[in-house]
Amino acid sequence: MPLRIVIAEDSVLLREGLTSLLERFGHTVVAAVGDAPALVAAVTADRPDLVVTDVRMPPGHSDDGLRAAVTLRQTDPDLPVLVLSQYVEQSYAAKLLDTGGGHAVGYLLKDRVGAVAEFAQAAERVAAGATVVDPEVVRQLLRRRQDPLQRLSPREREVLELMAQGQANAAIARGLFVTEAAVNKHVSSIFTKLDLPPAGDQHRRVLAVLAFLRA
Amino acid sequence: MHTRTAWQALAQRPLRFLTSAWPWRSLAYLVSGVLVGGLVGTVVLLLAAAGLVLLIVLVGVLAILALLLSGIYVARFERWRLRLVDLDPAPDPHQQPTGPGPRAWLTTRLREPATWRELGFTALSLVGLWWMDLGVLFGALAVPVIVMWSPVDDSDVWGLAVLGFILLLPAPYTITAWAGARAAFTRAVLAPRDDELGAQLREVRASRARLMDAFELERRRIERDLHDGAQQRLVSLSVQLGLAGLDAEPGSPVARHLAAAQEQVALTLQELRALIRGVHPQVLTDHGLADAVGELATLSQVPVSVDIRLPQRLPPPVEVTAYYVVAEALANIAKHSGAGRAEVTGRLHTDLLVLEIRDDGTGGADATAGSGLAGLADRLSVLEGRMRLSSPPGGPTLLHVEVPCHSGS
Repeated sequence: MPLRIVIAEDSVLLREGLTSLLERFGHTVVAAVGDAPALVAAVTADRPDLVVTDVRMPPGHSDDGLRAAVTLRQTDPDLPVLVLSQYVEQSYAAKLLDTGGGHAVGYLLKDRVGAVAEFAQAAERVAAGATVVDPEVVRQLLRRRQDPLQRLSPREREVLELMAQGQANAAIARGLFVTEAAVNKHVSSIFTKLDLPPAGDQHRRVLAVLAFLRA
Repeated sequence: MHTRTAWQALAQRPLRFLTSAWPWRSLAYLVSGVLVGGLVGTVVLLLAAAGLVLLIVLVGVLAILALLLSGIYVARFERWRLRLVDLDPAPDPHQQPTGPGPRAWLTTRLREPATWRELGFTALSLVGLWWMDLGVLFGALAVPVIVMWSPVDDSDVWGLAVLGFILLLPAPYTITAWAGARAAFTRAVLAPRDDELGAQLREVRASRARLMDAFELERRRIERDLHDGAQQRLVSLSVQLGLAGLDAEPGSPVARHLAAAQEQVALTLQELRALIRGVHPQVLTDHGLADAVGELATLSQVPVSVDIRLPQRLPPPVEVTAYYVVAEALANIAKHSGAGRAEVTGRLHTDLLVLEIRDDGTGGADATAGSGLAGLADRLSVLEGRMRLSSPPGGPTLLHVEVPCHSGS
């Protein structure tokens, strides 16, 4: 399904690159802007299916883009937002994932954009409501959180890492070359070790990912 | 240890002391004290007399003023003379006059506590110290000599000569001891007090702080240039390569070359990101000390738990300094301590940032040996911060750091 997308990126070169990339995969870029206030204005005017935004933008050249995204998500928790960042630091990702229960958000390093097909897929998953976190960011988080993630086995960490990228169990099984039943077992073991009560499975998946994004 | 003062010289082995220059220097110190005391006493008495007599014709005011300021010159000479028995120089405690001309000089001098301390010292020298110098010299040298040569009774001359000689033997010690005491007193009164030194140091500190700010600004500029320039261009390049890859036939040599090129770009981006973080950690600017230190902890080889709770953002120079202190401390822990885990805590006590970095390593860390820790002390001193290191052999090691966060700085 083609998406209506708003892009916010202050580098003209990259803004055009992102536009042609997403259009190449059949989506429509309804607005491409270069600063945070313009992003908020464009989203209010165009009601897009997905926002793709840079972190560091005018006017403050600090994390203006990220803060605009957080504000947008606070007014509309269902607005899918994919943040492109140059920072592995988890505090950026955490601020975003704390909004709207972590649904329909993505935090990817800009390095990923070059893998165009995967990037387009990630954008589509976020628009569909999934949580996507850059593997590099997740790797850092796994190093940092000693409790309770230290209890996870290396295999369970791998599974959790893939869950954080918004992959379903079947896809995880294909990626790790194991059966889906084995993945199911790992996932329920992760839930147990992270003290997540049995409830809606999708909800617990998000909680598991969020468990190590929060201090 | 090298002997720097007459008193330290006293503690040497007797032969070494007696053959050294110290007894002679002490003697010269006391003799010059007596001579100068006599001279100054005469001048002061004349000034006082002239001042009182001439007060009727107002010229006397000048004489009285000269009397009040005489301490400055006496003290300057005393500080210079002090080098005879105390090798460390005693700096001038006076401030720079507030402006050019004798008037500014006069008002500055009359307002300084140092001037009045020096006048007091001069008065005390004339009334007490000068006579005591004379007394010590007389007792230590003149009395034995007089005993030796006094012909009380011809038959006993030989015995008195021996007695005089015995009385003369301790003279180097008596003289050096008094010279040392005199010098210690002189230094205590005439050397600058901490706050007077502070006035001079403040300017040095301020200029160092400006220099540090300039360095930091430059690093941020480089970070910004790399972020806005090279990094964005590389990402664009990667997108172009990715899009070109879509047009290439899968499995063809072109597709393979494009994929290889993209791999190179990805690696370059990774290296560039690490480099940029080293130049200036943007997370520190964006999210503050606690988050930035949390990131440092994730990069550490040794597991680090971080507990930094601050009610508000700190002034940027404090954040940057605190960040580098923790970074260096964690690097040292990873390199030298052999620790299994480390802990960083940070709290704000009114306007004092207190950081503690501990590890369970083998201890024996030395702030003077590693240039890293010494460099940190330099950085801290710019902000008038302090650091204490406790690292007994066998561990554990605790680095305690305090940085004042003056509001407005």
